[in-house]
Amino acid sequence: MSAVIETHHDDHHHGPGKGITRWLFTTNHKDIGTLYLWFSFIMFLVGGAMALVIRAELFQPGLQFVHPEFFNQMTTNHGLIMVFGVIMPAMVGLANWQVPMMIGAPDMALPRLNNLSFWILPFAGGLLVSTLFMDGGGPNFGWTFYAPLSTTYAPPSTTFFIFAVHLLGASSIMGSINIIATILNLRAPGMTLMKMPLFVWTWLITAYLLLAVMPVLAGAVTMMLFDIHFHTSFFNAAGGGDPVMFQHVFWFFGHPEVYILILPAFGVVSQIIPTFARKPLFGYDSMVYAVASIAFLSFIVWAHHMFTVGMPLAGQLFFMYATMLIAIPTGVKVFNWVSTMWRGSMTFETPMLFAIAFVVLFTIGGFSGLMLAITPVDFQYHDTYFVVAHFHYVLVPGAVFGIFAAVYYWLPKWCGRMYDEAMGRLHFWLSFIGVNLTFFPQHFSGLAGMPRRIPDYSIQFADFNMWSSIGAFIFGFSQLILLYTVIKTIKSGEPASDRVWDGAHGLEWTLPSPPPYHSFTHPPVVTDAEAHS
Amino acid sequence: MNVKAIMRATLGAALVVAAACGYADELNMRVGVTEVSESVYGLHMLILYICCGIGVIVFGAMAYSIYHHRKSRGAVAAKFHENTRLEIFWTVIPTFILVGMAIPATQVLIKMYDTGGEDMTVEVRGYQWKWQYKYLDENRNNTLSFFSSLATSQDEIHNKAIKGEHYLLEVDNPLVVPTGKKVRLLVTANDVIHSWWVPDFGVKRDAIPGILNDIWFIADEPGIYRGQCTELCGKDHGFMPVVVRVVPEDEYRDWYSAQSAAYTEREAMARQTFSPDELMTMGEQVYTKVCSTCHQANGQGLPPVFPAISGSPVATGPRDAHIAAVYNGRPGTAMQAFSAQLNAAELAAVIHYQRNALGNSVGDVTQPVDILNWAAAQ
Repeated sequence: MSAVIETHHDDHHHGPGKGITRWLFTTNHKDIGTLYLWFSFIMFLVGGAMALVIRAELFQPGLQFVHPEFFNQMTTNHGLIMVFGVIMPAMVGLANWQVPMMIGAPDMALPRLNNLSFWILPFAGGLLVSTLFMDGGGPNFGWTFYAPLSTTYAPPSTTFFIFAVHLLGASSIMGSINIIATILNLRAPGMTLMKMPLFVWTWLITAYLLLAVMPVLAGAVTMMLFDIHFHTSFFNAAGGGDPVMFQHVFWFFGHPEVYILILPAFGVVSQIIPTFARKPLFGYDSMVYAVASIAFLSFIVWAHHMFTVGMPLAGQLFFMYATMLIAIPTGVKVFNWVSTMWRGSMTFETPMLFAIAFVVLFTIGGFSGLMLAITPVDFQYHDTYFVVAHFHYVLVPGAVFGIFAAVYYWLPKWCGRMYDEAMGRLHFWLSFIGVNLTFFPQHFSGLAGMPRRIPDYSIQFADFNMWSSIGAFIFGFSQLILLYTVIKTIKSGEPASDRVWDGAHGLEWTLPSPPPYHSFTHPPVVTDAEAHS
Repeated sequence: MNVKAIMRATLGAALVVAAACGYADELNMRVGVTEVSESVYGLHMLILYICCGIGVIVFGAMAYSIYHHRKSRGAVAAKFHENTRLEIFWTVIPTFILVGMAIPATQVLIKMYDTGGEDMTVEVRGYQWKWQYKYLDENRNNTLSFFSSLATSQDEIHNKAIKGEHYLLEVDNPLVVPTGKKVRLLVTANDVIHSWWVPDFGVKRDAIPGILNDIWFIADEPGIYRGQCTELCGKDHGFMPVVVRVVPEDEYRDWYSAQSAAYTEREAMARQTFSPDELMTMGEQVYTKVCSTCHQANGQGLPPVFPAISGSPVATGPRDAHIAAVYNGRPGTAMQAFSAQLNAAELAAVIHYQRNALGNSVGDVTQPVDILNWAAAQ
């Protein structure tokens, strides 16, 4: 290979740039990972503030603070921001930081694309939030934006919403191409696919899910755009279109999307539990196959979100059976996590606390998911607070706790400084109490018959809603502890060792803390001790 | 603590949880009053118990492990990381449990889909933000039609009056059906998607424009059953309850003949002439019921989405344009075509009211015949 000549005159120091240009023009996976994570946290506070507006209005029956029209804008934007602006960017941020370090690569495979995929996000997020200040108000049709409420009957700002979704989609597609290219091409010699850490595996599968379904979402919003501006009738029954078709297209995207949100969190938990149990992950192979099965099944269950639209019996039965099947690989994952803990030598630092809470509370969300899969019973649960409780259990103590766990787990590696364990535990316990106080009573209000997305409710639901609102404020404000703890770590944390956790295995822990700007300039040797951890 | 004691303790805990789930009414799904809702409830309890059981085992094992296998108690980590027999076991057993769930679920679903053999048919049509009920005869002809809107006062909603017992779950005209009859509902919508739900019947179906869904129920117990719209349908989604009054058959017959006579009479009103005072009174009633949720009781609206009536160029300009706006609505906005909801007398009255009240004083008089003439000219 004569083209590759070892020359030293190009070998000048590649450190971070100076000032703001470091962040604007960076192509470094760590800088971009940091940008993703901070963007996600800011959006978390914005979307969280919207949730608190919702919970303040629902504290008591009657209309107190906001008009129903604005209430609908809050529920819609809260959902959109949390899904597209918080969980997805945070997961991509974690992938940016961790994937190259975990597979022994110097950086992501496509660094310039990486910069672009991040820098689209603030504009897309800004566009989305700006709709709230437009004439006629922002999107008010729920994060699922069912036509024709989102087309014929939508406010003028919907066009900007559509553009924002297109931008978010483009960013996600670029991000996932980059992650796939990195994982498939830049693994260190000896890092075979079946030796990869579970976090890398879950992200590889997630990236393929994203590639498959983001274009479907783009198609759905483009058809909306045509219905609104060019008077086509994709979803307008009066012109021969079909409002139910919108839901099929949306959920063909939407169901894989919920696995996009949760699979990387599965990966995080599969890294953390072995570390703090000081014992290898139980059933590595079956964990990989379970994630792949869940990803496959996610494409054939979409219409379980639509049991009440009036599908024929055969359709209802197919989607019920297919949905129930997801319980099997998901069960395998939970059993494997418990078996990893079994006869370990456990300690309970903050990442482990969040990981254990993840397993317990995600499983509760899984149980309610199984209940929702049963079509005849779903008729009673559908579009009530039971559903709200279900998806918040899988997304907040599921995906969000997964992200928290990851941040506490890897923060010492990223900064070279240890976070304050007492503050971490305080953050955990307040979040844990807040989350359960918010969402557990919602199971009961849903079973008692409270529909979702209503700004006011009959008096029988008053007690549950009051508890929920108190819990939401506890959870919301305790996130400021995370902000404080992270800043304190960066500024004045105690120096962290390279290994950080005594049970940690994996290539990232062989690097110094903080790691060098280009993680592995020479491919590391993959030993049995560091692989598959 | 030996293993048997732990088993006993977890079993006890499971029973307490199950009992709490099963017997605390306000914490659980309603059993309802139809055969279908009872089977749905049974299915719900079955799955809940299965989930509780699995939860006790999984969380019990976790709790045991967290307590005993901690480093601070001197636990030394074992080395095992796979066990093929165990992994096959916990793949196969859940499969059997799922099959056990799927069989009764399929049976109940098949029963729910048996829509034939109805004793009567009512078309249910969702509007932003009210329901319309049309009683159909054997040939699907409309024999009686009325709207069912929220009856709770704005004062109660805005905390200016004490909230009543059925706050937000009360309507002016409930759907009335006889006991013991198979009532078939054809569910559709006029504008956006709504969803018609009565928990006590175990029946929920989306009302979708352009699609006719059918559902049915047989209620044996007379009573008033309450539910709500369960698909986000815009601003007043939370304010369009469903109320069904189930009455004995003879009472139903009396009600039906009185209502259909009143319906015919109401239709006949379109051919009458009214005094300006009568128009004002009737117009105010219609305005309060139909227009005021968006345009507000004082006519000021909520600009820019819901424009004001007071001083509006439409309500103070040429009358034909005003009639056209109310009759045909404004496509692409929440302003509906009220020709389907209001008869000529009601349209005339509300247009008269809007032109001569709420701060407007055009001074003309609008009669039902003006509406009919305008419509005929279109």
